[in-house]
Amino acid sequence: MSITNQRLTHLKKLEAESIYVMREVIAEFDNPAMLYSVGKDSSVMLHLAQKAFYPALPPFPLVHVDTTWKFREMIQFRNQRAKDVGMELIAYINPKGKELNISPFTHGAGMHTDIMKTQGLRQVLDDHKYDAVFGGARRDEEKSRAKERIYSFRDKNHRWDPKNQRPELWEIYNGRHQKGESIRVFPLSNWTELDIWQYIYLESIPIPDLYFAKERPVVKYEGTKIMVDDERMPEELRKTAKMEKVRFRTLGCYPLTGAVPSDAETLPEIIQEMLLTKVSERQGRLIDHDEAGSMEKKKIEGYF
Amino acid sequence: MAVEQSKLLKTDIEAYLKQHENKELLRFITCGSVDDGKSTLIGRLLHDSKMIFEDQLAAINKDSKKHGTTGDTIDLALLVDGLQSEREQGITIDVAYRYFATDKRKFIIADTPGHEQYTRNMATGASTADLAIILIDARYGVQTQTRRHSYITSLLAIKHIVVAVNKMDLVAFSEERFNQIKTEYTEFAKELGITDPIFTPVSALTGDNVVNASENMPWFTGLPLMKLLDTIPLHDTTDLEHFRLPVQYVNRPNLDFRGFCGTIAAGTIQAGDEITVLPSLKTSKVKQVIQPAVSADEMVVEIAFAPMGVTLTLEDEVDISRGDMIVKSSNIPEVADQFEVMLVWMNEAPMHIGADYLIKRATNVTTGRFLQVDHKVEVNTLAQQPAKQLELNEIAQCQLSLNQKISFDPYDKIKGTGSFIVIDKYTNATLAAGMIRGASSMQAHIQSRKEYSAFEKDLNVLIRQYYPEWQCVSTNDLLK
Repeated sequence: MSITNQRLTHLKKLEAESIYVMREVIAEFDNPAMLYSVGKDSSVMLHLAQKAFYPALPPFPLVHVDTTWKFREMIQFRNQRAKDVGMELIAYINPKGKELNISPFTHGAGMHTDIMKTQGLRQVLDDHKYDAVFGGARRDEEKSRAKERIYSFRDKNHRWDPKNQRPELWEIYNGRHQKGESIRVFPLSNWTELDIWQYIYLESIPIPDLYFAKERPVVKYEGTKIMVDDERMPEELRKTAKMEKVRFRTLGCYPLTGAVPSDAETLPEIIQEMLLTKVSERQGRLIDHDEAGSMEKKKIEGYF
Repeated sequence: MAVEQSKLLKTDIEAYLKQHENKELLRFITCGSVDDGKSTLIGRLLHDSKMIFEDQLAAINKDSKKHGTTGDTIDLALLVDGLQSEREQGITIDVAYRYFATDKRKFIIADTPGHEQYTRNMATGASTADLAIILIDARYGVQTQTRRHSYITSLLAIKHIVVAVNKMDLVAFSEERFNQIKTEYTEFAKELGITDPIFTPVSALTGDNVVNASENMPWFTGLPLMKLLDTIPLHDTTDLEHFRLPVQYVNRPNLDFRGFCGTIAAGTIQAGDEITVLPSLKTSKVKQVIQPAVSADEMVVEIAFAPMGVTLTLEDEVDISRGDMIVKSSNIPEVADQFEVMLVWMNEAPMHIGADYLIKRATNVTTGRFLQVDHKVEVNTLAQQPAKQLELNEIAQCQLSLNQKISFDPYDKIKGTGSFIVIDKYTNATLAAGMIRGASSMQAHIQSRKEYSAFEKDLNVLIRQYYPEWQCVSTNDLLK
């Protein structure tokens, strides 16, 4: 990423903007944390945090809301990354959900996501009283995200009020809040999916292998293909498993994450495939598939 | 995606990536009145540049039947009208950001609402834009809203103005009508100091002259809108003469390292440069210029420039904290605590003269108050009027007084050190956006109009006597 004629390329500009946002948060908040979801966006966000504070370590913990249904490889990757980077990792599982043995197969995607993800997130934020939480969401991902601020204000109940957002001008962010209120901060707001991949490629940022095409056992489930990652998948479904060369465009809970047939084994091949494909990345996510505005509803409830 | 680009993408992905790596970034806003077709235009830009994926298109198709206003054809506006609540109302209610790229540039669009009560949203979108597209309905020509939008773009100092005369299909693609509007707009834009706006006739609905040249308007010899956006020279407006680093964060991982982090607002910096810290006027020399890095061998750079994020280490132990400004000793900006500013009020709670507000300028937060409203600007007519307070969406020139001296530059010179927001001390709401025009031209010793009651004075004395550690300032000093 060269600096030519004292001008910054668009990626360098995006990098500078994200780093500015992160430093601003650390300077102004008492108890910040980074929501680390193990995916490619989180990988970029973590890398930017390392850059922003070098030679110091980023002065906040990584928080992962574990639904217990994440790909096993994601958990291994998460633990290894935290160790390599040297940051504290707080992995949280909603105890109530664990006790009830919530499963996307038996309880459905909606209930699973609400209890294990949304409620789990609210619990861990309440427990630690974080006043600022970094998230890796991008505005190009989904329509309701397009209007989200970089500093997204949440009330005491973690609710987002789309009609009452603070105006955000220049790069001057207003992080003032009262006790119990918090700000969700999205330093990658202005990055697109292509920018993320390009940056991962240029900066050699580690990402989980699940993004690369490989022979994996998959089954047909609710109109998409999902991977058999463990024995909790109902047996009659598991019996239908076939080895296919697939990869994942987004990572989440394995029963809710659609695999796409692919031959892309390298980063350039992934980028090539991404640009030639005609389906947007969130389509692999089963939770967004219901009604229009479903993400907006979930966000109002406190989902990231 | 342009044709040449997709060919490269298929045959040589590495070369394609190289090309994408060196793109420029252009941020623009689209402004127009309700029904001028802003959302449709953006939808058209995204659709015709193949930035809409099939599943999104399918979802829009489904939505078009439910909410659409275009009958059986796809309502492209639904793509950009994001939030559910506004889809039901059929209007855009906030600033939405959209992204697309061509072979040369990455674009960030701020789609901003046009109706009057949402002036604040337009100012928000305009604050980060390099270019503004002003939409005019070909049937109606220059409207009061057009004046308002143009005024805000000039107030926020957007460098490039493109006037898109939309709905040309509804005036039979008439060259004469286009020229009328061109003359009309050029005339009034002069008042605002908008020089050389670029005019282009389009129909967002039918796609004429948006991405591809229009067969219906052979008389138009200029570039289609998309080509225009792709080629308009962005002679970089970043000031590289006057080094300004608002100190954002002091990085002290251990006793041996003390780095001053921030994003360079203007200018360049090198190791060995003599620097001055403002407002303390302490001086030192730059020891190291550190760029964002993940390892020691890549962290030090020879030179850094705006708008890079950097960390500076200095030769001497100088007391510097967040909110200070590091500048080169060879070029020191003005320092003041009284300013003439332009203010865009953005909250339902009106601005009161003399009330205390928090003023956040770059990384500096200080208490301040407005001493007077010089005049309010009626955005539809540009007439100046006297005012005692400011209401939501009103724009005015005011006198601002801060409790602390800060170094600054006029907004039209360096945006990063000349812009500020106004925050409510009690509700924490962002109340206004401000642009510094210069140090106050009023009598230098203009006084705060605040008057203290007997009770307030007594309380002040009491606090100062019994709680000296609170470092409470005497009301007498405040009135000096």
